[in-house]
Amino acid sequence: MNAALLPSHIIGADPAEKSFLLAVEALTVSFDGFKAVNDVSFYVDPNEIRVIIGPNGAGKTTVLDLICGRTKASAGSIKYKGQELTKLSESAIVQAGVGRKFQTPSIYDDLTVFENLEISFPRGRSVFGALTFKRDAEVRDRIEEVASMIFLKDQLLERAEFLSHGQKQWLEIGMLLIQDPELLMLDEPVAGMSVGERIKTAELLNQIIKGRSVLVIEHDMKFVEDIAHRVTVLHQGKVLSEGSMERVKNDPKVIEVYLGH
Amino acid sequence: MIRSTSKPVVNDNPFMKPMEWVSLALLVAVIFVLLPMLLDAFRLNLVGKYLTYSFVALGLVICWGFGGILSLGQGVFFGLGGYLMAMYLKLEASSVENTKIQSTPGIPDFMDWNQITELPWFWKPFQSLPFTLIAVIVVPAFFAFVIGTAMFRRRVGGTYFAIITQAIAAILTILIVGQQGYTGGINGITDLRTLNGWDIRTDSAHAILYFVNGALLVGCILFAQAVKKSKLGRILLAMRDKEDRVRFSGYQVASFKTFAFCLAAVFAAIGGAMFTLQVGFMSPSFVGIVPSIEMVIYAAVGGRLSLFGAVWGTLLVNWAKTTFSESFPELWLFGLGALFIAVVLAFPNGLAGIYRTYVEPRLTRRVKALEPAPAVALPHAAE
Repeated sequence: MNAALLPSHIIGADPAEKSFLLAVEALTVSFDGFKAVNDVSFYVDPNEIRVIIGPNGAGKTTVLDLICGRTKASAGSIKYKGQELTKLSESAIVQAGVGRKFQTPSIYDDLTVFENLEISFPRGRSVFGALTFKRDAEVRDRIEEVASMIFLKDQLLERAEFLSHGQKQWLEIGMLLIQDPELLMLDEPVAGMSVGERIKTAELLNQIIKGRSVLVIEHDMKFVEDIAHRVTVLHQGKVLSEGSMERVKNDPKVIEVYLGH
Repeated sequence: MIRSTSKPVVNDNPFMKPMEWVSLALLVAVIFVLLPMLLDAFRLNLVGKYLTYSFVALGLVICWGFGGILSLGQGVFFGLGGYLMAMYLKLEASSVENTKIQSTPGIPDFMDWNQITELPWFWKPFQSLPFTLIAVIVVPAFFAFVIGTAMFRRRVGGTYFAIITQAIAAILTILIVGQQGYTGGINGITDLRTLNGWDIRTDSAHAILYFVNGALLVGCILFAQAVKKSKLGRILLAMRDKEDRVRFSGYQVASFKTFAFCLAAVFAAIGGAMFTLQVGFMSPSFVGIVPSIEMVIYAAVGGRLSLFGAVWGTLLVNWAKTTFSESFPELWLFGLGALFIAVVLAFPNGLAGIYRTYVEPRLTRRVKALEPAPAVALPHAAE
């Protein structure tokens, strides 16, 4: 019954019978005939950290776009806790429990760190709700709690534009944490970070995965090795290989197209 | 609902900061005391007319400044508010007794000139003042809601949205001019006399309307301030910056944009209705593209992020317009264009930006010097 220990790629295992958090099946999207994602299937277990790697243009970011509804799939299905995501609006997908971090830090420059986090607080998401939203003790406490997790407790009143690049990345991760998603998707969370920031981010990720699954796109192999439970390698829109980092690293196909050089 | 008192308050969020109260007090003093004391009845009425435009500029601050939605068709909503009010006033002015020389007495004169013999159905409800007052708010809001929903749900934004609003302004003008018998055509709806029996053409009526207009304006500013201070206000700013981030934080971005657009429309319509009351007529020349763009210039000159700036910008541009167009009528439009370019290039935050950079720091120092121990600790005062 321990789903986390069962590799999802075991041949013959019927994915429908297992309790996957996310089941992506035969996912395809074509832009004017070019198949950016071509018949991709993979399954993410609860509490799993899955890293997607692959050369540029392999379709990694597109896969995240498809899951969070930013791009509409041409074919295939994305089931999150048994619920089909391809038919939901972006905001409904977020409300179902899927959070997404973008590649470049996507935060609100004109607002303070506190306000940035507050906007992600999962309450008052309708127009009326936002008008009557009260900044009560629950909100303050939660924001302070998350701010200390993301190493920004002392910057709460600072305008977000004055943060360093690494701090901006953390802030966006914090904005996702406040949403408390069950599936957290991170697009290159350590890109452009210093070594020190990178170590802290790995620490942060290891801390926040409790009770949720994380889907990460990353190029930094050292970082991938540190955090990944399993790795999916994409190449030209297709799944090239999947398994533990050890297994993937020694896969001749992966070495040829990606890791070799 | 237990408020933890032990915790230090992280981010105090007062309704207005002390300097904003100063701005409000200054505006109230100028509108309610200074101008009525200094100006004669004619000039005061003129300022009252300018102030009606500032409702539009105020809406643009919310919609364009905060929400990043540039509408080049706010004249549509100003015009709708103005026309709806004018319809009521016109019906009251067209009593059977007043219009007995017409071939069909009891209908507005322009209808009679256009061989219309019966009051059209959509004019009939405007015999009621309460209906008219509600319609002044509801009709433009509904119109904006339909436009906003249609555009924003399809993710039409930025320049495309601006062009479409401009097209709507052009269409409405053409419609009004073309449907002379129902709208008064190019001349508009003129010869308005009384509001529920009260003659609005006298100096005393003008003065009263001026103060009513001022009070409404302050009311709208306070409402806009409440919106700005709410989470909705911050979501608008966030959306302007990173629309996708807001969308993927679980918000329906289209609804928030529609709200901002509707609010701007309602403000503009209130301004339009007050225009009709104070000036005594309404015509398509306040609906089309040119007035709509002029209204954007008011907001830009005032500073598109400042609620108070919107009012000052409107007053300044209109004062300049009146002064210069009296002396150099043919040069004025060039002057207006140059002013807009100069503001955008040199002072992107308009008058409010100049005030904030050069005046406010000095004022704050003075205020702090006067009261050595301020009761409210401002976050930025700590440094």
